[in-house]
Amino acid sequence: MKLTILNNIKLNERGITMAGLKSLKELAVGSSAIVKNVSADGIKQRRLLDLGLVPGTRVEAVGRSPLGDPIAYSIRGAVIALRKEESTTIMVETVN
Amino acid sequence: MGLTYQSTGTSTTREVFNVDTSDKQPVIALAGNPNTGKSTLFNRLTGLRQHTGNWPGKTVLQSQGSYIHEGRKYTMVDLPGTYSLLANSVEEQVARDFICFAKPDATVVVADATCLERNLNLALQVMEITKEVVLCVNLIDEARRKKLNIDIKKLNQRLGIPVVGTAASSGEGISDLLKLVSKVVTGTLKPEPKAVQYNPQVEDVVAKLEPIVKRVVGNELNSRWVSLRLLEGDDTIIHALEKFNGKEQVQILQEALA
Amino acid sequence: MSSSTSLQSLIREARNITGSKQNEIRDSIVNTIYQEAGNIAAETVTNEKNKVDWDRKIDQIITSRIWGFPIMFGVLTLILWLTITGANYPSALLANGLFWIEDQLTNIFISMNAPSWLHGFMILGVYRSLAWVVSVMLPPMAIFFPLFTLLEDLGYLPRIAFNLDRFFKSAGAHGKQALTMSMGFGCNAAGIIACRIIESPRERLIAALTNNFVPCNGRFPTLIALATIFMGGMVVSFSSAVATLSVAGLVVLGIAITLAVSFLLSKTLLKGIPSSFTLELPPYRKPQVGQVIVRSVLDRTIFVLSRAMIIAAPAGGIVWVLANTMIGDTSVLATIAGWLDPFAKQMGLDGFILMAFICGLPANEIVFPILIMSYVSGGAMIELDSMEALRQLLVDQHGWTWLTALCTMLFTLCHWPCGTTLYTMQREQQSWYWTVLAAVIPTAVGIILCIVVNHLVRGLGLV
Repeated sequence: MKLTILNNIKLNERGITMAGLKSLKELAVGSSAIVKNVSADGIKQRRLLDLGLVPGTRVEAVGRSPLGDPIAYSIRGAVIALRKEESTTIMVETVN
Repeated sequence: MGLTYQSTGTSTTREVFNVDTSDKQPVIALAGNPNTGKSTLFNRLTGLRQHTGNWPGKTVLQSQGSYIHEGRKYTMVDLPGTYSLLANSVEEQVARDFICFAKPDATVVVADATCLERNLNLALQVMEITKEVVLCVNLIDEARRKKLNIDIKKLNQRLGIPVVGTAASSGEGISDLLKLVSKVVTGTLKPEPKAVQYNPQVEDVVAKLEPIVKRVVGNELNSRWVSLRLLEGDDTIIHALEKFNGKEQVQILQEALA
Repeated sequence: MSSSTSLQSLIREARNITGSKQNEIRDSIVNTIYQEAGNIAAETVTNEKNKVDWDRKIDQIITSRIWGFPIMFGVLTLILWLTITGANYPSALLANGLFWIEDQLTNIFISMNAPSWLHGFMILGVYRSLAWVVSVMLPPMAIFFPLFTLLEDLGYLPRIAFNLDRFFKSAGAHGKQALTMSMGFGCNAAGIIACRIIESPRERLIAALTNNFVPCNGRFPTLIALATIFMGGMVVSFSSAVATLSVAGLVVLGIAITLAVSFLLSKTLLKGIPSSFTLELPPYRKPQVGQVIVRSVLDRTIFVLSRAMIIAAPAGGIVWVLANTMIGDTSVLATIAGWLDPFAKQMGLDGFILMAFICGLPANEIVFPILIMSYVSGGAMIELDSMEALRQLLVDQHGWTWLTALCTMLFTLCHWPCGTTLYTMQREQQSWYWTVLAAVIPTAVGIILCIVVNHLVRGLGLV
C-alpha cells in the first residue's frame, strides 16, 4: 500500500516534468486523456483493467459529484465513477 | 486423461450447479454486462416459470427458469451481470465456471446496443471459451432513439456467430432470438467464432504453452483459452478444473446424494 | 490424484514461459480484446447525426454541486407527497368497505348466538387487524413502490449513490451502501441481501448492520399515519405538505444516523480503510411504466395480503386474548403495559406503545394495529374508519401529544429489525454475533434518541 503511494508520488513528480503526463484525478472535467499506466495493487488493478482501463484507452472526465469526489469518467462507451484513491493510480497523457 | 474427464459427463456437472435437467432439456446460459436489460429478457422468456436460489457455496443469486419454444422445453440460467470473465470477483468466477463446466447448449450474450464496444468485450471472451454463442443486441429501441445504427449482418460476419437485435421490454426480436438458439442447440446452425489474434509476443508464448495444456486438459476445455488465462497469471482456472473434475466433485455429489 | 499434480504443473510451466513478463502479457491480452471490441463497434455502429448527449446534460444538473442534493430531497418529498395524498382516498374507501363487512359478520355472529368471546377473538382480534393492515398499509405501498421502481428503472438510483458516495467514504463505508439503503425502503431483509453487491466483507457488514435505519415498507405507513394526524394536524391548511415534510425529514435523519453509525463501526468493531469503489452510471432509460405499475401493484398487493393473513391475523387474535384475559381487575396486556410504563415514559412513549413494538417483532406492519387494539379493547368501542377517529382515540382517550407521536415515529425509525430481517441477517452473515448486533445497535440508538428528545422538549417546556 505505502509502496504504491510512493510510486504514485514519483510518477506525479515525473508527470510535472514530462509534458502532459499526470494522474487521472487531475484531469479537468470535459477534457480527454490516454491511459499510460495503471499502478494499483493486485485485485484493484485487475478491477480497473476489467473496466477497460488499459494503456492506450481514451478516457474523458465527464463530471464531478456534488462534493467533488468521486468523479465520473467516460471509458469505452460507459460512464464509470471512480474515487480519487483509484484515479490517482492511473497515469494519463492529455489529448486535445 | 481425457477419458476420465469425459466420463464424469456434463449432466452431472450441471447438477453440481443446481441446474434442473430432469427432462434432459437443453440448458441455455444468459450472460451479459450489468444494465443491459438481461433480467428483463430473462423475465420475458421465463415469466412465472422461474425460481431463485444461491449458486452452490456462493452468496450470489442464481435465477433459473424455463421456457417453451416450438413445443420444446429449455432451461434458462441467468448468470450474474459481469463486465468480463476474468474471475476477478465471485460473480465473474461463477459466470465463467458455469460456461466452462456446465457447458450450456447455448450461451446468449446480452449486449447493450447503446454501448456496444464495452459489451463486445464480454462477447469476445465468451467466444474464446465456447462456440455455441448467440449475440443478442438488446435495447435496440433505445439505440434507435439515440440515432445509433447497428449493422447486425456485419456484426454476424465479423464475429462468426449468430446475432439478433432485440428490445426485451417490447418483445421485438425475441422470436428470432429463440429460433437462433434452437438452431444452435440442434446443431443446424454451427457458429464459427472468429478468434481474437493477439500480438506476436503473446501468440508466441501461447504457441509454447498450448500443446502442454492440451495434453493435460484434453478436450475438456478450449486449450487456447486456458493457456491465455495461465499466461496472464490467473490460476483460478486450475483450481476450478480440480474442483469440477477432480475429487471435490465426487465429494459434492456424495454430499448431494447423502 | 495424478490429474491434480499435472494440473498444478501447468501453472509452473506457464510461469517458466512468461518469466517476468506476466504483467505485460496480461495488459496486452486485455488491451487486444478491448481494441478488437472497439474496432468491431466502429465498423458496425454508425451515428446518424451528432445528436445532443441528453444523458450528459441531465447528469450535469442531477449531480451538480448546486442542484444535486436539492433534487434528491425534492424527489424524495414528491414521492412521499404523492403517496400520502394519493393514499387517503383509497384508504378511506377500503376502510368503509371492510368495516361494513365487519358489521355484516357481527350480525351473522349475533344471529347464530355465537358466544361473545368467539366474536371478540374472530372479529375484534383477527378480522380487525387484517382490515387495518389492508386498509391503512396497502394503499401507500401500492403507490410508493411503483413510483420507486420507476426511479430505479429510469437509472436515478446510481446517481444517488454517486452524489452521496463522499459521505459514505468519510464514514469508512462503500458508496454502493446508498443502493442497499434504497432497497431497504422496500424491505430491510431485501436490503440486507442486496448488500452482496458490496465486495469487501467489512463494508458489506457495515451496510447490513445499518440497513434498518431506512424505514421499510411495513414502517412507512405508520410514519405516514402519525405524521398526517399530528404533524399535519398542527397546520390545517397545509396538512399534507407538513406531513410529507416531516416524513421526508425523518428519512434524512435516518440517513444521517446511518452515516454516523457506519462511521463509529468503521472506527471500532469494523476497523479498516474503504476498499476500491467503481460505479457505473448507466444511460437513462425510458421506464416501462405499464409493466412497472402492474407488476409492483400486483406484487405488493399479494405481499401485503399474505403478510396480513400469516402474521397480522394470528397476532391480532393473540393480542385480543391477552387484552381480555383478566388477572384480578386488569388484563394481562394492561399488566405488562404497566410494567413497561415507567421506562416507556422516559422515552416519551407509554407502556402500551412499547409493548406494541415488542409484539411487532414478527412484522413491523402490525405494531400500529396491535397498539390500537390494546387501546380499544379495554375501553369504549369506536369505529376506526377515519384518521379523525384515530386522532380521537390517541389524543382524547390516551393523552397523546405531538411529542408522543414524534417519539413513536423516532422509535419506529430506530428499533430492532423485524424477525424476517434478523433471520436474513443470520443466514447471510452466518453469525449470531452480528445478528444480535443488528438488533442491539438500532435499539440502543432509538432508546437514547427518544430519551434525549423527550427530556429536551419537556425541559424546554414545549409541551
